[in-house]
Amino acid sequence: MTTADARAMQPPFPAERGVDAYNTKLGMWVFLASEVMFFTALIGAYIILRFGAPGEWARPGTVLNVPVTAFNTFLLICSSVSMVKAYASIADGNQKLLKFWFLVTIICGASFVGVQAYEYLHLIHRGFVPSGVRDGSELAELVANGTLPGASLGLYGSTFYTMTGFHGFHVTCGVISMIYLYLTKVLPGKYTQQNYGGVEVIGLYWHFVDLVWIILFTIVYLI
Amino acid sequence: MTTVAGTPGVGHTHHDDRPFIRKYIFSTDHKIIGIQFLFVSLFFLLVGGLLAMQIRWQLGFPNQPMPGGKLLPETMAPDGVILPEYYIQLVTMHGTFMVFFAIMPLLVGVYANFLIPLKLGAHDMAFPRINMASFWAALLAGLVMLSSLFVPEGAARAGWTMYAPLSARPDLSGAGLGQQLWCVAIILLGLSSILGSLNYITTVINMRAPGMTWFRMPLSIWALFITAILGLLALPVLSGAAIMLLFDQTIGTHFFDPAAGGQALLWQHLFWFFGHPEVYILILPAMGMVSDMIANGSRKPIFGYHSMVFAIIGIAFLGWIVWGHHMFVSGMNPTLGSTFMVTTMIIAVPSAIKTFNWLGTMWRGNLRFHVPMMHAVGFVAMFVIGGLSGIFMAATPVDMHIHDTYFIVAHIHYVLFGGSLFALFGAITFWYPKMFGRLMHEGWGKVHFWLTMLFYNLTFFPMHILGMAGHMRRIYDPTMYDFLKPYQPLNHFISISAFLLFAVQAIFALNFIISLFRGAKASMNPWQDNGLEWTLPNPAPHGNWAEVPRVYRGPYEYSHPDTTEDFLPQSQKLPGDPEPAAASAAGH
Repeated sequence: MTTADARAMQPPFPAERGVDAYNTKLGMWVFLASEVMFFTALIGAYIILRFGAPGEWARPGTVLNVPVTAFNTFLLICSSVSMVKAYASIADGNQKLLKFWFLVTIICGASFVGVQAYEYLHLIHRGFVPSGVRDGSELAELVANGTLPGASLGLYGSTFYTMTGFHGFHVTCGVISMIYLYLTKVLPGKYTQQNYGGVEVIGLYWHFVDLVWIILFTIVYLI
Repeated sequence: MTTVAGTPGVGHTHHDDRPFIRKYIFSTDHKIIGIQFLFVSLFFLLVGGLLAMQIRWQLGFPNQPMPGGKLLPETMAPDGVILPEYYIQLVTMHGTFMVFFAIMPLLVGVYANFLIPLKLGAHDMAFPRINMASFWAALLAGLVMLSSLFVPEGAARAGWTMYAPLSARPDLSGAGLGQQLWCVAIILLGLSSILGSLNYITTVINMRAPGMTWFRMPLSIWALFITAILGLLALPVLSGAAIMLLFDQTIGTHFFDPAAGGQALLWQHLFWFFGHPEVYILILPAMGMVSDMIANGSRKPIFGYHSMVFAIIGIAFLGWIVWGHHMFVSGMNPTLGSTFMVTTMIIAVPSAIKTFNWLGTMWRGNLRFHVPMMHAVGFVAMFVIGGLSGIFMAATPVDMHIHDTYFIVAHIHYVLFGGSLFALFGAITFWYPKMFGRLMHEGWGKVHFWLTMLFYNLTFFPMHILGMAGHMRRIYDPTMYDFLKPYQPLNHFISISAFLLFAVQAIFALNFIISLFRGAKASMNPWQDNGLEWTLPNPAPHGNWAEVPRVYRGPYEYSHPDTTEDFLPQSQKLPGDPEPAAASAAGH
């Protein structure tokens, strides 16, 4: 970004030199720091509970459908790429490409939420709920015949639904914000090569949410 | 006065035709939001005080009908006698209201909002609408918490620290909805604090007036800035923990229930990982504002400005690695306990630096004992007592004995009441003219200070003795224990002192309210202070300055040799002062 652009995204009054990021961008970075601490609390609790669990932890793939979620992870990573493309487009002043890539990001993000909702419904149907396994369900039978370790499934359900649920909530908030920006700013062409702070700031949030998912997918689904 | 750069925004007031509701209710003006926080948190301070009076009645006069107790429903106090189930709600809600809805918003909500833009020379916060959302979230949280006292099973019952599994299992606590409302209110409050903090941080970093370099910022702003960082990083951990607790209570998760594999200690770790930075959130802004008031009252530059700044940063950093000292008796590895003991004791170093610097500032100063100064000096004295008792309990072997006794209760009240609240009484008196354009009454202010100081010490000092004798915290009826029977007269004495302490706060309340309408009109700079806020008329107009002020020096230039007056405002240009470089960097 050239200095002329940067100045356009600064408030129009003289101030002592800060961090050379305009207010909304700095505010988003600061907000993301608090988000890091929020997810640290959830992930830290998961790590402690898993290592201190009373019995064997359910192995990857026994409860969760890993391939479906791997596809979902791919979708989210694609949305991060398209977000970068949207940002690069408007930095070049290309309104048309901004509209296209921003829409791709929204669609990928919304699809992620859709697939996650499908995953949840499917898991609940199989008997996997936040408190563990539902009596008389498919998973309860697996526990009964010994193919699935049952002692720690309560903790498995607690941590799985809390972590992925709050991540899903963040994605949903991001998608809603992007739809709002798309309708009020992107489509009317309010972002210009001199002023595209909104795209950059929502992009920061979006990449953060994506990064959290990569960590969650690894520690919840893969190991 | 010679040239004062930065003219007040009188131009703004002329066409400030915002309707009443936008101006005073749903206002995005940082000053109005600060004043809103002030009224709301003073109300919650009163609520917390009323709860404390009931606790003291039960401890001083166990099982006797409380005066006015017949107004309470049967489920709380049949025939005016407080029930054990109600007593535990009282201690829980007293702590919760005082920590989360009185002291924290009074320090941060009121003064971060009011002072940061005014002292830095900004027109408002970086995000005025987020600021407004922060206030309304805090108010909503407070109302949710208040409403939990009135639900059928009563309010939360696990103490303000909400230890699991008692808090996690409704079948153990006997209060399903009350516990849930506690969690919901805390999550909302966390949201409010995070929104506030990101605003304060952004504003301090990016919106300082030209010439207001980092080391020209008043110590109050330094303290509020560091506090905002603590709040930003600590509150989300509490929110996360409260969400897990809420899920345990409602959707059947097992985070904190050992019967199903969860870990009760996990709650303690999460809570105190938040909780220890939180205690510095509750004291650092008070320290900062006390520094401003003591320099003003001593008519001398603050002693060791840079060391004060680094002490604030040091306290804040160390605050993150000491949380285990709240958990010495939880069965932690003694080696780990020793580590926490050492880190905790190191905090005494920056705290002592601050104390000595306050004393060094007053040393041979031209002392003016106005009401804010008296409260500031009272703060230093009481904080030293609270700080020293803190070193007692930081020592693991001593803590084994005094853990969860009235010694701890005495300690927290010495730092929170003797510390934070004294500083707040001073700060309210000090910035009252800039908020409301009138002065609070000086004579009644002094009467209030001395009576408060007297009854405060009579109330809380004997608690040390009770604690050393083993008087447990949160017990319902001390006369049930033979070993505590000899100490019942002391409990009696504490209760009467506490009632008197509460009663003399009426002087402050009346002084505050009557001065709003009848107080003497304040001049622009009644305390002859150097801060930028005193270059504005009373009350400061919307938008603060029409033209951004210029800053030429640090905030504590009192008794400067080049001036005839004994103060030198930050924005007053002396011959030879260079213009700040940033002044011409961006166009107006």
